[in-house]
Amino acid sequence: MNAPDHPDTVRAAEAAPPPPPRRRGLSDRALAWVFIAPVIALLLAINIFPLLWNIWLSFTNYRANRPGMDVRGMGTGNYERLLGQDDVWESLQHTAHFVTWSLFFQVVIGFALAWLINKQFRGSGLWTTLIVLPMMLSPAVVGTFWTYLYQPQVGIFNAIVGFFTGSTHFSMIADRDLAPWAIVLVDTWMWTPFVMLICLAGLRSVPQDLYEAAEIDGASPLRQFVTITLPMVLPFLMLAVLFRGIENFKMFDMVVELTSGGPGSVTELANIFLKREAFEKWRTGYAAALAVILFVTVFGFANIYVKAWNTVKQR
Amino acid sequence: MKRLMTAACALAMGLGVSAAEAQEGELTLCWAAWDPANALQELGKDFTQKTGIEMNYEFVPWTSFADRFLNELNSQGKLCDLMIGDSQWLGLGAEFGHYVQLNDFFEQEGISMDDFLPAGVYNYATWPKGSENYWALPAMGDAVGYVYRKDWFAMPEIREAFQAEYGRELAPPETWDELLETAKFFQGREIDGQTRYGIALYTERGSEGITMGVTNALYAWDVEYDNPDQPYEMEGYFNSEAAVEALEAYKELYECCTPPGHSDAYMVDNLDAYKSGQTAMQMNFFAFFPGIAKDEAVGGEVSGFFVNPSAKTEASVLGGQGISVVSYSDNKDDALEYIKWFAQPDVQQRWWDLGGYSVHKAVLEDPGFVDSQPFAGQFLEAMSNVRDFWQEPTYAELLQSMQRHMHDYIVADQGTAQEALDATIEDWDFTFESVGKK
Repeated sequence: MNAPDHPDTVRAAEAAPPPPPRRRGLSDRALAWVFIAPVIALLLAINIFPLLWNIWLSFTNYRANRPGMDVRGMGTGNYERLLGQDDVWESLQHTAHFVTWSLFFQVVIGFALAWLINKQFRGSGLWTTLIVLPMMLSPAVVGTFWTYLYQPQVGIFNAIVGFFTGSTHFSMIADRDLAPWAIVLVDTWMWTPFVMLICLAGLRSVPQDLYEAAEIDGASPLRQFVTITLPMVLPFLMLAVLFRGIENFKMFDMVVELTSGGPGSVTELANIFLKREAFEKWRTGYAAALAVILFVTVFGFANIYVKAWNTVKQR
Repeated sequence: MKRLMTAACALAMGLGVSAAEAQEGELTLCWAAWDPANALQELGKDFTQKTGIEMNYEFVPWTSFADRFLNELNSQGKLCDLMIGDSQWLGLGAEFGHYVQLNDFFEQEGISMDDFLPAGVYNYATWPKGSENYWALPAMGDAVGYVYRKDWFAMPEIREAFQAEYGRELAPPETWDELLETAKFFQGREIDGQTRYGIALYTERGSEGITMGVTNALYAWDVEYDNPDQPYEMEGYFNSEAAVEALEAYKELYECCTPPGHSDAYMVDNLDAYKSGQTAMQMNFFAFFPGIAKDEAVGGEVSGFFVNPSAKTEASVLGGQGISVVSYSDNKDDALEYIKWFAQPDVQQRWWDLGGYSVHKAVLEDPGFVDSQPFAGQFLEAMSNVRDFWQEPTYAELLQSMQRHMHDYIVADQGTAQEALDATIEDWDFTFESVGKK
């Protein structure tokens, strides 16, 4: 141990750099918090707090139309009733039917259209513009517009079907078996262009030299499609499916305009059912429980899907 | 700069004062957007002229009427000073404090409920039903009735064909069997080179349409919602044999005799179907009949009117509303002034003359009343035996359950009438249990 006045200690002290001058004002860390804090506060206020509030409500008998009512805890009562109610399961089935089939048609037709447009034929730009027009409209407007097309006596759609089938009383949205397909058809018409655009981006990102190399190796067009095109476009396609899947799970406005959930309740999707429980029947706590179930479902599916998507991207 | 700020503040304060002044002596009346609302707007000019109080109107289409104004009441909004709300809202308005109780005011101003038709007072003003607690003044009497193509019914070849098919004269139906026969007769028939259909019925799913339609049959079959001696006991009443028969009759009428695609139709859709010459008959509220009587295409001698046909009894579905003062209003005194003015017999007479439906005895008992309009007699007949849906505070919940099960059975063809009624009772039981009424 050296004494404080030992020459080695003095030299070391002289060699060490002087401590940085203490800056006045906020540190970088504090400054970062100042900038982030409003965003975090906003996020807490408009996302996290309502979510927690909704979860709390789901365990109560609260009704928003009864000022001053005695709010009682229900335990898991709302959840138990929900899961034991046929109406809820039916609305979830209707939603699953709508999401599955609209996604299927949008992916198949969207990919096929992107494949055609990617050929860059004469007028392909104009076709692209025309095809993407429906997705620029409001879903409520599309719903109203299609109710006229589906109108049995003057609707063009029904006239065309009637011409081929000879039926004079054909009505897509009044028929229990056809109405679910009527909403799938409208959603497909509206959102296939979105899938097409994403697929088109994917197709155009595939390096051309891969195809040239494949041709030199004598690969057939089908082989090129399976081994080059599909794997390269798959991450894009999966992204489109994720976006459309979440959007279709949330579907409300277009279907309300088209069928109001009818005939009967064959097109009553989960969100329409939820709206009726929450804002027509005013069973707020009960509806909050359903909202939690829907949230967990979408969140769960989306998480699993994103993991799968990351795996595909990394291949 | 300081001077500029001062001037700006003064200007702002001045504008604030003028805005506040402008709001004084103004009332906002909330109602549905339909023909009688236009008549009320016209009538309101007399009130403004007499009192200097300006009238503003917030009229909302029927399809969003309940959503819009129940939200307004539930959120204790100040938009409406006066509300012409559905009869079914009375329980809710009274129990949740949305409406001002009018007993003291009526007594103070000498407004007697004995001056109004008893059915109107019972349905449009009292809660609990039959009590002497008044939450509204009967404002717009209404019931569901029917319109038919008088000109088609008068055609010799049509009459002959009907006689040959059914062995009786073609006339406005008086029973549900006759209604069914008449509708079947016109379904798909060529008249003046066009295909016509039987009848435009209420089938709407979103708000209250199919319930209002189906109850025409249920009431005609004398169906009760619950045991009169044991309130909220519905088993054996709402799902009785008679109720099953009534529901099956309505479904048969829907399936055989409505125009194609008439699966989500309410007031306006029925008007459109009838006015465009698609159907021989339409079910609709009397409130639309002045408009039909004056219509260029179907008015005058072209149309006739009849009341809900009977099956086991004579009964009609209640429409119409009372006018209430909203308890959250800042202009309650002016609103009460309007009620006082509106209750006067001469104002009620003018209300009827303009196309509104008074239920004041001074108007209805006038010797000239029955001949005052082509449908006035039927209106009186219908109003004498009207029945209403639940007027409970939970009416919206009860209504939505019925809407779903009736539409499932009648339009979507799912299950049986008995199952639809049983399922409705099951939902209603849950509702009544959850609010402690069972």
